[in-house]
Amino acid sequence: MKNKTANLIQIVLPIFLALVTLNVCRAQDEINISTTVNVMGQTKPIPVSLEGFTGAAADVLKFDLYVQGFSLVAPEAAQYRISGSSVGNVEGQVTDAISRQSKLSPRSYTSASLRRQAHAFADDIVLAITGKKGIGQTKIAFKAQSENGAGEIYVSDFDGHNAQAVTRDNAIVAAPAWSPGLLALYYTSYQPGNPDIFYHNLSTGERRIIAKFSGLNTSAAVSPDGKRLAMILSKSGSPNVWVCNADGTDFRQLTFSPEDESSPCWSPDGQWICFATKIHERRVLAKVPAGGGEVQRIPTSGVSNPTDPDWSPDGKWIAFTSQMGDFSICVVPAGGGTATVLVSGQHPSWAPNSRTLVLNRDTGYRQTLSVLDVMTKQVKDIGRISGNDSQPAWAKQF
Amino acid sequence: MKTIKLIYPLACMLAVTLGTTGCHNHQVGKVTALPNSNPGTIGEIPPGTISSAPPMNNPGETPGSIPLASPDTFDNMTEDRAALAAYTIHFAFDSAAIKSGEQASLQSVAAALSADANAKLLIEGNCDERGTEEYNRSLGERRALAAREALAKDGVDPSRVRTISYGKDRPTDPDHDAAAWSKNRRDDFVLLHPKAGM
Repeated sequence: MKNKTANLIQIVLPIFLALVTLNVCRAQDEINISTTVNVMGQTKPIPVSLEGFTGAAADVLKFDLYVQGFSLVAPEAAQYRISGSSVGNVEGQVTDAISRQSKLSPRSYTSASLRRQAHAFADDIVLAITGKKGIGQTKIAFKAQSENGAGEIYVSDFDGHNAQAVTRDNAIVAAPAWSPGLLALYYTSYQPGNPDIFYHNLSTGERRIIAKFSGLNTSAAVSPDGKRLAMILSKSGSPNVWVCNADGTDFRQLTFSPEDESSPCWSPDGQWICFATKIHERRVLAKVPAGGGEVQRIPTSGVSNPTDPDWSPDGKWIAFTSQMGDFSICVVPAGGGTATVLVSGQHPSWAPNSRTLVLNRDTGYRQTLSVLDVMTKQVKDIGRISGNDSQPAWAKQF
Repeated sequence: MKTIKLIYPLACMLAVTLGTTGCHNHQVGKVTALPNSNPGTIGEIPPGTISSAPPMNNPGETPGSIPLASPDTFDNMTEDRAALAAYTIHFAFDSAAIKSGEQASLQSVAAALSADANAKLLIEGNCDERGTEEYNRSLGERRALAAREALAKDGVDPSRVRTISYGKDRPTDPDHDAAAWSKNRRDDFVLLHPKAGM
């Protein structure tokens, strides 16, 4: 028997080794195997170099590329060389440092500001190298709150620049949410003396109350088709998940637990609403069919007290906050499983690329917004508006 | 033939190994249990469903089942924050359960309402800073509703009681320690009187 095994090993091992070699050769030729390990939180960034850019344009390019999984290195160490200039207008190109071939042909940009031009160039770079659409020209909404608790809702570029207050409530405000494809937000404001949900069209300035029932009205989340809202209402006696039409008609209660439920979000196919609740005295994430039905737990193994779920636009992941003494940003497969703990922070919101998150993190008892690339764990803070900036929401439309 | 049969599983193993390299090395960050939480409970809940049917009991018999009165019924009231300030009740971490030691305070609040048939009540639910904003907004509301349910058991008509949650936005003690947290996990009671001439 031993002999037979030894014989087999003698025969099989060389073939096995040959296969390994064959596999790698073929892979390099035909399917272009990545030299990086593509695991959330452990992926190596793609090294690129920047030559010829200065000032705001250089800042924008560095920021945009860093939070989409690139590292900035010297030209000798770069896989791709990005070169050009930002005098007058932004112009640039990308060259593969190994093959010396053009990855992105020379191009120049004309638009209102150098920052805008640089964001557009960053998007072209990301698309040329990764094949994925960049996030350089996207927007976020968030709340900025002073020490006395009063705050306003703001909208800015995703890197925090060009921030504008969209409310003048001087009241507690919370949970801004974008209406897909529209320059419009839903949010909570205590301005009427109660936490009520508002709709605010940022193009026309039109604002109206969507939900002003007794008790809690908060955490509006718009369905991917823009037609329905999920939210938390306590009108029936406990903070539960409800849905209604985008115009605030046809309210339907989806959950009926006596627990304090919070932070509903939609699956990108519009079929499910994920939220935070308590089941059997434990804090969990759960989901309920958007049309009503059984509540199902979403396991988040390895972490406790999950809240603030946000479903990735590609449907694969749910990002959330775990509350374990400190706050951690975690990601779990959308069906549940083992959670990957990424960085400290709260309230993650996915970018349209399903790869970058915006979140708020504690900096000496103050909340600061940060942008995180979940694959490489590269993270950068963005400028603070006031005492506390928090609850960021990334506009999902491109 | 035998060799080919053996190569196939080996090739499969190789493919799997190549495909999953690195997947088993998730670095789960340092896990610090929250004070008073149950560290032994992580990941122990079996997957499954819970009933999402509306409660079958009569309103008031189970927690979370007394609907709120229309907000209009609380218009034109003035707030008297001093009257019931002594009866603020406090909660355990991550809990909306009324502690037995708070019954006397609740009875005093109930007595104030029964002494004045025109008066109404606002309950403000609050939380400590540990927890995300929306989690605390819901927990604060649940705390206010728990007091409302307890008052209903003491004979207070729940339609006279309004709730508001301030989440973690209105701490009484701005410090970041256990003493401050225990003071901030609270329900404040505010007596509401009809405005003069109403």
